[in-house]
Amino acid sequence: MKTPNSYMNGPDERGHFGIFGGRFVAETLMPLILEVEQAYNAAKADPSFQKDYDYYAKHYVGRPSPLYFAERLTEKCDGAKIYFKRDELNHTGSHKANNVLGQILLARRMGKKRIIAETGAGQHGVATATFCALFDLPCVVYMGATDIARQAPNVFRMKLLGAEVIAVESGTGTLKDAMNDALRDWVANVEETFYIIGTAAGPHPYPVMVRDFQSIIGREAKEQMLEAEGRLPDQLVACIGGGSNAIGLFHPFLDDKDVAITGVEAAGHGVSTDKHAASLTGGKPGVLHGNRTFLLQDDDGQILDAHSISAGLDYPGIGPEHSWLHDIGRVNYASATDTEALEAFQLLSKIEGIIPALEPAHALAHVLKIAPKMDKDKILLMNLCGRGDKDIFTVADALGVTI
Amino acid sequence: MSQTRLEKRFADLRAEGRGGLVTFLTAGDPDYDTSLEIVKGLPEAGADVIELGMPFSDPMADGPAIQASSLRALRKGMTLKKTLELVKSFREDNQDTPIILMGYYNPVYIYGVDAFLKDAKEVGVDGFIIVDLPPEHDDEFCMPALEQGLHFIRLTTPTTVGERLPKVLNNTSGFVYYVSILGITGTGTASQDNIKQAVTRIKAGTDLPVAVGFGIRTPEQAASIAQVADASVVGSAIIDKLKENLDDDNRAKPGLSQAVLEYVRTLSKGVRDART
Repeated sequence: MKTPNSYMNGPDERGHFGIFGGRFVAETLMPLILEVEQAYNAAKADPSFQKDYDYYAKHYVGRPSPLYFAERLTEKCDGAKIYFKRDELNHTGSHKANNVLGQILLARRMGKKRIIAETGAGQHGVATATFCALFDLPCVVYMGATDIARQAPNVFRMKLLGAEVIAVESGTGTLKDAMNDALRDWVANVEETFYIIGTAAGPHPYPVMVRDFQSIIGREAKEQMLEAEGRLPDQLVACIGGGSNAIGLFHPFLDDKDVAITGVEAAGHGVSTDKHAASLTGGKPGVLHGNRTFLLQDDDGQILDAHSISAGLDYPGIGPEHSWLHDIGRVNYASATDTEALEAFQLLSKIEGIIPALEPAHALAHVLKIAPKMDKDKILLMNLCGRGDKDIFTVADALGVTI
Repeated sequence: MSQTRLEKRFADLRAEGRGGLVTFLTAGDPDYDTSLEIVKGLPEAGADVIELGMPFSDPMADGPAIQASSLRALRKGMTLKKTLELVKSFREDNQDTPIILMGYYNPVYIYGVDAFLKDAKEVGVDGFIIVDLPPEHDDEFCMPALEQGLHFIRLTTPTTVGERLPKVLNNTSGFVYYVSILGITGTGTASQDNIKQAVTRIKAGTDLPVAVGFGIRTPEQAASIAQVADASVVGSAIIDKLKENLDDDNRAKPGLSQAVLEYVRTLSKGVRDART
C-alpha cells in the first residue's frame, strides 16, 4: 500500500518521476520494453527470484558490504564521524554487480540468449562480462573508443571474461555514444537480446529496476548504521554520473526527513567552463536515451560532450529520479572538480589504505569540504562505490608520473 | 476539412495507378546552400514526398550513413531554425510537394512544441516523423500537431504486431511508415514477400497509405516495393550518393546536386515503371 507524502512512490505507471522519465524510444523497441516491464513486475512478485538474487549476492558478490568507520579520516577532518559503505569490496570492484545480477536473472527468466551492455569506465562492462561468464551467455559490450584508450585494464578484463568489446567511434567515443550504439544493436537484435543498462537511466522500467537492485546498498546501510550507532546518519553523500550508486544509497532514506542527502556531480575543469559533466548544475531538461531528464545541451537541443577525469561520470545526462529529487529539493546536488577528486583519491589512499575509484573520489572531495564544518556528534555516510585499481594509470598520468 | 497537400499527393498517386517515391535527406547536409539546391530539384527529379531530416547529435535509430550526414550538417552550423528556413525557401517555388520533417524529439522540445508547430506550419511543413515518440507519449507532440492540422506519421515495424498495431495506428495521420527490417537505417533489406504480408496486415487496420522504408537501395528494390505498397522511402542510399561527391573535408564537389538528383531520377523511373 502506498502511503501519501512519500518520496518513495515514484515512478507512476508510465514511468514518470514528476515530468522526468518516460519511455522515449523507437517503436521497434516498445513491445520489448513493455515485455521487460511485465517480466520485471512478475519477478518482483516471485519469491524464488528474490531467493536467487540473495543467494548470488551473498555467495558470489560478497554482500552485505561492510559499513566502515573511517577513524583516521574523521580525526583529520575534525568534524562529523565519517562512515563508508564499502561497495568497492564487491566482486568486480564496484556497486555495478548489484544491478547486473538482478538484470541477468531477469534476462534468464525471459529466455533471452544474448546480453549487450554499454560501459564508460568499464566497471559496468566488467560486471556484465562477469555474470555472462557465470551464466554462460554471450556478451557484447559497447565502449567508446576514447574510454577504451583510458581504461585499458578493464578492456582486457572484459576480454578475459569472454566478452566481445566493441569500440564505438561515433560521436566523441564516450559513454553516450556507447549507449547509442547499444540501442542500435538492440533494435537490430530485439528478439533474442537483453540490454543490461548500467545506470538508473534509460526508458522505463530501467530507472526503477536499476534503483530497486541498487537499493540493497541503502537498505543494508540503514540496518548497519542502526547497529553501529543506534540511529540514522545525518548526512548521506554519493557521486553521480547516471546516478545508480547514489539512488541505491539514497532511496531507502528518502522519507527519513532528518537525513540530509547530497549527490556530487563531476565538475571536470569547473562548472563555469565547457568541460564538465554536471547535468543538474549546468544542464536543462531534455529527452535522450529514452527518458526526459537534465542534459548538457546547446540552445538547439544538441547534446554536448561531457568531461570528467572519471570515465564513469563522463555522461551528459543523469537518471530521471535524480532530476526529480533535484526539482523538488529533497536531495541537494553539489559538484567536485577533477583536481579535487584527484586530491581526495590520494588522501584516502594514504590515510585509510583504501584506493578509491575516481568516481567516489568526487563524493569524498565533497565530504572533505563539509565534514570539518559539521559538529562532532554528527554522522556522515558516504558510498564508496568502487575501487581505484582501474584508475591508477589515469591518476599517474594526471600527476605526471610514468609507471 | 479540405484535403491536405499530403492527402492530395497520395490521392493523385492512386489516380495515376502508381506507387510513390519518398526521398530522405538531412537538412543542411553537406551545407545549407547545397542542401537547398538539392531539395529544390527533388520534385522535378521525381520525388513525390520529401522527407527532411532534422539533424541531431545522437540519432539512435540511424545507421552510419545518416549519423554521419547529421553530424556534417551540424558541423556546418545547421539548426532546427535553419531547417525551417530551408523549407520556407523551398515553398517559394513549390506548393505541391509535401514535406515531412523527420528526427528526434529533443531539438523540438528545446525549441518549444507550440512555437515549433506554429513556425513549421507557417513555412509549409506538412507533417512529422519523430522517431522517439511512441504512442505512449502522444500528449507531448502528436496531439498538438494534429490539432494544428499537421500530420503525425508513425513508424510501424516488424515488432508492431497483435494489440500493438491498433495502438500505433491510432492518431497516425497522412500515411503509415513501415520500417521493413529490425534494425537501424541503411542496413539489411527485407524481401518483397515479407513486405507484402506486412502491408496487408497494416492495411487491415487503416485506410491510410503505407510507405515502406529502411534498406531500399536500388531502383529495382524501390520498384518492387512500389508494387506492393503505396510508396518506397529511400534515404541512406541517396545520402551515400551525396557522400561520394564530397571532398576529403566534406565539402561539396562541383556537380554534387546534379549527381544526387540524377540518382533520384533513376529511383523515380524505377517506381514509375513498376506498375505499368
